[in-house]
Amino acid sequence: MTVNGVEQVRDIEPRLLLVHLLRDELRLTGTHWGCDTSNCGACTVWMDGLPVKSCTVLAVMADGRSVRTVEDLEGPFGLDQVQQSFMDCHGLQCGFCTPGMLMTARKLLDDNPDPTDTEIREAISGQICRCTGYRNIVAAIRHAADAEAAGRGDT
Amino acid sequence: MQVPAFFEYQRATSVAHVVTLLERFGPEARIVAGGHSLIPMMKLRLAQPELLVDVNDLHELAGITVEDGVLRIGALTRHAELLASPLAGEHFPILHDAERVIADPVVRNRGTIGGSVCQADPSEDLSGVFTALRAVAVVRGVDGDRTVPMREFFHGPYETAVRPAEILVELRVPLQPGAGSAYVKVDRRVGDWAVAAAGAVVSLGPGGVVEQVGIGLTAVGDADFTAVEAEDLLRGRVADEYTFAAAGEAAATHCRPVADQRGPVDYKRHLAGELTVRALRDATARAHRGGSTE
Repeated sequence: MTVNGVEQVRDIEPRLLLVHLLRDELRLTGTHWGCDTSNCGACTVWMDGLPVKSCTVLAVMADGRSVRTVEDLEGPFGLDQVQQSFMDCHGLQCGFCTPGMLMTARKLLDDNPDPTDTEIREAISGQICRCTGYRNIVAAIRHAADAEAAGRGDT
Repeated sequence: MQVPAFFEYQRATSVAHVVTLLERFGPEARIVAGGHSLIPMMKLRLAQPELLVDVNDLHELAGITVEDGVLRIGALTRHAELLASPLAGEHFPILHDAERVIADPVVRNRGTIGGSVCQADPSEDLSGVFTALRAVAVVRGVDGDRTVPMREFFHGPYETAVRPAEILVELRVPLQPGAGSAYVKVDRRVGDWAVAAAGAVVSLGPGGVVEQVGIGLTAVGDADFTAVEAEDLLRGRVADEYTFAAAGEAAATHCRPVADQRGPVDYKRHLAGELTVRALRDATARAHRGGSTE
């Protein structure tokens, strides 16, 4: 499989979950291991370009596929806009849900660069913020959308 | 940490390969697609298969098409794909109504239509949808394909007509031109299992008389997810609020909900009646507009 563009080969047990492969074997601890029941979304990563909950994907099922984690958001020119906007808008408090929120937010804006607040709330409805900081998370995603629109020269 | 027990894993290269593996390993083999029902059950040791057969590479099981007056939905179709399908929404808005309230967008990226109906959870939304639609399941085994009407598909909680060495390959929904359809659900929070839910498919004749109707009920104890008494009552009568109320009463009377953490029996019975009325109302309004949601 490739993880963040890097080919990874491991000999693993079939029962190893993707979240544990990422965290324990590859030491990519940005992906958080939360509820373990596919409810909270802290473990959300991309597999073949789609956000999935990595606590409910067997690592072996990702064989031959491409996985992207929160570590890959930052580019050569700095933080991804969603990361920057979460900082600017205080979109995180304890930070536990943040990696999943960021991965879902990035995918939302890639597909829909100008979402309504309802669409943002719908997109993150599979993520739980136990600080209940949803208002600022929505504001941060809105801010990222606006910043990216400004960057493209949209009015 | 929740980790499944030991099992072997094979990635299937064709549907025939799946059937061969299921034949060889018997009932201890399980098919995994999205895994969002099976993997949580394996973590809790409620399921302990010896072999998992991964069907995620079998593109022959995916896709949504219309052929010869039938909407065909491949078993490997993801919930997100069904929700995004204009073809599905155009013919049967009930499919989009239901998909919007199944789990959450990230889970819907992974979970499959086939996996949901084969799991046969008593609270599974699509079970009530496909019984309302009078869909037909196509199941493949060593002897080839056979078809099972969805109204005969469910044999009880977590049990279906699919035998150990068989695989569900697709669901076929006969097109019903002019029919209106809708699905309504009450849940405790976004993405949760239904406390109760109802789906309705209504075809109207001259004078607004109900020609054909399908009513599916989810999470209220109907083993076959169907409100047959309410359907019988509606056929041949004018689709109006009086008729809907009578149908709702029939659905509430004949369902068999059980009390659990989602609510007591009387509340669920009330919901079965009220949601039947609302689903009929929405489906009929759509039928008056030629079946569309516009």
